[in-house]
Amino acid sequence: MDAENTLPFSDGAPTFRDASLAQLQTRAMTRYRSAGLPDHKVEAWKYTRLPSFSDKPYRQTEETDAVGTASFSPLISDDGVAGRLVFVNGRLVTELSVTSGLPEGVRLAPLTEFDADWLAQHLNADVTGTPDGLLSLNLARCTGGFALVVERGVTLTAPIEVINIAASGDGALVWFPRNLIVLEDNTEATLIVQQTGGDAGSTFVNAVNETTLGDNARLHVYTADDSGVGATIVNRSFARLGRNAGLSTFGLYHGGGLARYEQTVLLEGEGAEARIDGGYLLRGSAHCDNTTRIEHRVPHTTCNEVFKGVVDDTARAVFQGKIVVARDAQHADGQMLNKTLLLSDKAEIDTKPELEIYADDVKCAHGATSGQIDETALFYLRSRGIPERAARNLLVRSFLGDVTERIANAAVRDAMIDRIERWLPDTIAETAEQAA
Amino acid sequence: MLEIKNLHVAVEGKPILKGLDLTVNAGEIHAIMGPNGSGKSTLSHVIAGRHGYEITDGEILYDGKDLTVLEPEERAAEGIFLAFQYPVEIPGVPNTTFLKEAVNAQRRQRGESEHDAMQFVRLLREKIKELGISEDMLKRSVNAGFSGGEKKRNEILQMSVLEPRLAVLDETDSGLDIDALKIVADGVNRLRSPDRAMMVITHYQRLLDYIVPDVVHVLAHGRIQKTGGKELALELEKNGYAEFTGEAA
Amino acid sequence: MTAEAETIEQVQQVAEGKYKYGFVSDIESDTAPKGLNEDIIRFISAKKNEPAWLLEWRLKAYAYWQTMPEPTWQKPQFPAIDYQDAYYYSAPKSMKDKPKSLDEVDPELLATYEKLGIPLKEQEMLAGVAVDAVFDSVSVATTFKAKLEEAGVIFCPISEAVERCPELVQKYLGSVVPYSDNKHACLNSAAFTDGSFVYVPKGVRCPMELSTYFRINQANTGQFERTLIIADEGSYVSYLEGCTAPQRDEHQLHAAVVELIAHDDAEIKYSTVQNWYPGDEEGRGGIYNFVTKRGACRGHRSKISWTQVETGSAITWKYPSCILLGDDSVGEFYSIAITNNHQQADTGTKMIHIGKNTRSRIISKGISAGKSDQTYRGLVRMAGKADGARNYTQCDSLLIGDKCGAHTVPYIESKHPGAIVEHEATTSTISEDQLFYLRQRGIDAEAAVALVVNGFCRDVLQQLPMEFAVEAQKLVGISLEGSVG
Repeated sequence: MDAENTLPFSDGAPTFRDASLAQLQTRAMTRYRSAGLPDHKVEAWKYTRLPSFSDKPYRQTEETDAVGTASFSPLISDDGVAGRLVFVNGRLVTELSVTSGLPEGVRLAPLTEFDADWLAQHLNADVTGTPDGLLSLNLARCTGGFALVVERGVTLTAPIEVINIAASGDGALVWFPRNLIVLEDNTEATLIVQQTGGDAGSTFVNAVNETTLGDNARLHVYTADDSGVGATIVNRSFARLGRNAGLSTFGLYHGGGLARYEQTVLLEGEGAEARIDGGYLLRGSAHCDNTTRIEHRVPHTTCNEVFKGVVDDTARAVFQGKIVVARDAQHADGQMLNKTLLLSDKAEIDTKPELEIYADDVKCAHGATSGQIDETALFYLRSRGIPERAARNLLVRSFLGDVTERIANAAVRDAMIDRIERWLPDTIAETAEQAA
Repeated sequence: MLEIKNLHVAVEGKPILKGLDLTVNAGEIHAIMGPNGSGKSTLSHVIAGRHGYEITDGEILYDGKDLTVLEPEERAAEGIFLAFQYPVEIPGVPNTTFLKEAVNAQRRQRGESEHDAMQFVRLLREKIKELGISEDMLKRSVNAGFSGGEKKRNEILQMSVLEPRLAVLDETDSGLDIDALKIVADGVNRLRSPDRAMMVITHYQRLLDYIVPDVVHVLAHGRIQKTGGKELALELEKNGYAEFTGEAA
Repeated sequence: MTAEAETIEQVQQVAEGKYKYGFVSDIESDTAPKGLNEDIIRFISAKKNEPAWLLEWRLKAYAYWQTMPEPTWQKPQFPAIDYQDAYYYSAPKSMKDKPKSLDEVDPELLATYEKLGIPLKEQEMLAGVAVDAVFDSVSVATTFKAKLEEAGVIFCPISEAVERCPELVQKYLGSVVPYSDNKHACLNSAAFTDGSFVYVPKGVRCPMELSTYFRINQANTGQFERTLIIADEGSYVSYLEGCTAPQRDEHQLHAAVVELIAHDDAEIKYSTVQNWYPGDEEGRGGIYNFVTKRGACRGHRSKISWTQVETGSAITWKYPSCILLGDDSVGEFYSIAITNNHQQADTGTKMIHIGKNTRSRIISKGISAGKSDQTYRGLVRMAGKADGARNYTQCDSLLIGDKCGAHTVPYIESKHPGAIVEHEATTSTISEDQLFYLRQRGIDAEAAVALVVNGFCRDVLQQLPMEFAVEAQKLVGISLEGSVG
C-alpha cells in the first residue's frame, strides 16, 4: 500500500463517458489509492485474506469478453421468471437475456442504459462513511452491472433472475459490477442471483449492490454461488429500508473458491424488518465469509439472522454478524444465530456474532455453536441399517433444514435443497461398495 | 374502606373506564365479573398504582384519603395487595429473599421493627404449611420456571405473608385446574376477616363456588352495569354476558 | 439472605455517596522523580535489591515498550497517556527500613487499611484469610505468614520472593505473559514495583484464603503490581484481590500483570473485587485499569477459575484468560461488570484450548447504567488438536437508562471438529413489569433495581468465596446508586 504502483487495479481511466460520473470515478480512485485493499490488520478482514493480485496481471474485462456460448442452468424454470439478465465476465450477453415480458412500472436494464443524473443520484458509494478501499475501487473501475427499478404500487409476482458467469480461460480477469435496486413505496419484487463458473484461470469480482426500499416495499433476494476454485468474489450489499419495508435474503455458497458476501442493512423506517439468512457447504480449500451488519436506526425495527453450514477438508468458514441498535431505536428486536458443523480435522470456522447496543428497551440475542455431527445420532441411524455416508447426509440435510425452510418462495426453496443434495457425497456408490 | 367515584381512566389516550362507582367495606368480599376487555385489569392496576393509566376524572379514596397520590410501594405499605393475572418472573432472586425484602420494606415504611431472619423463617414455615405449599418453592427464583398454577399459588403465599387490608385478585383463577383452584380459594378464605376486604376479579363463576362473595358486580364498557348478591354470579353463568355486551346504555 | 437487605440499605443510606474509599492518607513518601527512563528502572531495581537478570529483563522490556504502539482495538477511546507525567515509584518513608513484624509498621498505614475495612492485625482479621497489603509501590505487610509457612506455602511480596526464592521467580516470571505481550504488560515488566507471590507446593491444599489488597494513595502515581501464583502438582489455592484509590481529579494509571501457573491436578481460584476510584459523575478523574491477567493450565487435569466483580475505574481494559495446555484441564471465567456515570469497560476473557478434553465455561454479566459504555470481548479458540474440548459461553447484558451502551464482541475460532463451542448472549433491560411487581409488594424503585440486578448476577456471585460474596453484593447496589431516574 505504500507505493502507488504496487497497488493492484490502481491505474485505468474512468469507465463512464458522462463527465460528472467520470469525475465521481476519479475521486473514488483517489480514495482507493489512499485506502488500498483491506488486509488482516483491518478488524473486519481478520479472518479473510484476499489474494495478493500482484503475482499475475489481472486484466479488466471488456465488451468482447462477453462470450455468448457460456452454459448455465437457471435456478428455477424459465416460465417462472419475469425477466433474466445474463452476464459473462461482468458483461451483458444480450442474446441470452430476456426483459421483454416485464410488467408496466418495472425497469430492468444494464446500468449503462440509465441516464447519468439518475446514476449520480443512486451511486452512493460512501454508504458506510468510513474509508473503504474496495468500495471506492468498485466505483472507480465500475464495469456495468444492472439496475432494477420498481415503481410505486407495483407488485412483481414472478422473480427476476440475474446470472453471472465467470469464464476467464487460462488468464486472470477482474470486473467491478455495481447493481442498483430501487423499490418505490408499496412494491414487491423477488430477485434470484446466480454466480457460477471460474473453474479455470483466475477471476476476481468486486461487486457492490445498492438497494433502496421505500415505505412498505418488500424485496426477496436469493443467491446461489457454485463458483470454481479460481474465483475470488467479494460481493457487498448495502440496503436502506423505509417504514414497514421488508428485506429477506438467503444466500447459499457451495463453491470451491474464495467468497465474501457482505450485507449492510440500515433499518431507517419504523416497522422495518430484515431477515438475513445463509447457508454454506464447503470442501476442498473453499473459503466462505458471510459478514453482516444490521443497524436499527429508529424504534420498532426487527431483524432475524440464521446462518448455518458444513465445512469439510481444509475449507474455512467465517461468520461475522453485527447488530447495532442506535441510541433512540427503542423496541428493537434483533436475533442472530450461526451454527456450523465441522466435518474434518483441518476444517475451520471463525465466528464473531456481535451486538452493539445503545438503546435500553431492546430484545437482542445471538447464539453460535460449532461442533461435529452428533456421533450418537449417527450410531443410532447406522444401527437401524442406514449406511454411514447416507446417515451423515441425513444429519447434514436436517441440520441445514432449519435455514432452508425459512425460504419463502417454494420453487427457490426446492432449488436450494436440490443444490444441497447434489453437494452431499454420493450414497449410491457407497451402497454399491457395501453390496460388493 | 375503598370508595371509587365516577372513575374515568384512559390508556394511551383511549378511555377504558368510563365513570365507575364502587364502594368496598371492611370485611366484605366483592366479585367483579365481566367479559374480556371490559376494564377489569385496568381497574386492578389503577388501584395498585401502575404508571401508564391516566385518571381523567373521578377519585379513588382509601380510608377516606386520596389513593392516587401514592407510589405503588406506598400503597402496598398501606395494605393494598394485588395478585397479578400474570405474575412476573425475577430470575436469580430466591422467593424467600424477595418475601423478606417485601415484608421488611413494608414494615419500615409503617415505622414497625423489621423481622429478623429467624422470626421470618418461622413465619414463612407456618404459612406454607397452612397453604400446603412445598418448601422447595421458597428456594426457587421468584416465579422463574414456575407453572401457571405454581405462580398463582405463589401469589396467594405472598398475600398470606404480607397480610394486606385490601386484596385485589386479578383473574387468579384463570388457567387453574380444580385442585390448584381449591388451594387458592382456601388461601383466600383463611384470610377472610372483619377488618379485611377483598376484590375478586374473574371471568368465570367457578371460583365463586369456593370463595363466596358478599356482593357481585358486573363490569362492562368501563362501568358497573349491575350489582347484586352471589346469585347474580349464577345468573351470569347461565345467561352469559350477552345482556351486557351490546352497546352500552 | 441478609446480603440483599444490606444492599438495599446501602443504596438507601449512601445519600451523597458515592465512593467511600476516596480519602487520602497523610503519609510521607519516598518518591522517585517523575517520568520513566532507564535510570528510573535502575532505581526501582536497586530499591528492591534485585539480581542482575531481573534488571536486564526490565531494561529489555523498557526498550521494547518504546517501540510498541498503543493498542487501539478496544472500544473505550481516551486521550494519549503522558507516561512522563507520572511517578513510577512511591513508598511510605516508614518502609525504608523494612519492618520485621506488624508491630513495627507505621500506625498511620495500619489505620489506612483499618479505614478500608482491612484490619491487618491478625487477631482482628477475618478468620482464615491471609492478607498482603500493597500501598502504592510497596507491600507494607503480609499477615499469617508463619501459619502459611508451616504448610509450606510461600506468600509474600514479589520483591521479597526475588530474594527468598529467586529460582522460582526466574523460572516463571514472564512465562505466561511475556514482556512483549502488549503495551501495558510491557510497561509493567519494565517498571513493576511490587505485588504478591504465591507458591503452593506439591499436594498442599492452602489452609486459608490468600488475599492482596491494593491501594493507590500518592497523587500522579501509577501502580504496576505484578502477581505470580504457582500451584504445584495436586495443590489448591484460592486467592482474592481488592483495590481502591483516593478520589482525585486526574486519571491515574494502573497497569498490572497477573500470571498463574497450574501444574498437574492443581487448582487456582482467583477472585477480584475491583473498586478503583471510578471518577465523578462528570467523568473527571478515575483510574485507568489496564490489566493483563493470564493463567496457564500446564498440567493435566489442572484448573484455573477467574471470578471478577468490576465496579470501579474510569476505564477498565482487562481479559483474564486461560491457556488450557494440559489434557482435561479446565478454565472458568465468571464476571460481573457494572458501569455507571461515564465509566467505560472493555472486558472479557480468552479461552485457548490446546489440550485434549479441555473444558471452559464463561459466564459474563454486564450492567450498564448512566452514560457508561461496556463491552464484553471474548475469544474462544479450539486449536487443531483439541479433541473433545468444550466451551460454553453465556453472556448477558442489562441496560439501565437510555444513555448507556452494551456491546458484545465474541470471537469463536474452531479448528477441530471434535471440539464443541456453544455461545449464547442476550441484551435486555429491567422490565417495567418486574419493577411494578416488586413495588406492588412494597419495595421502592431503587431497591427493586438492586434486587433484580443481584438476581441477574447470582450465577457469578455464587462463585465468590463466602467472605467476599456479601461485600460484592453490597458493591453491586452501591455502584448503581442514582441510576434509576
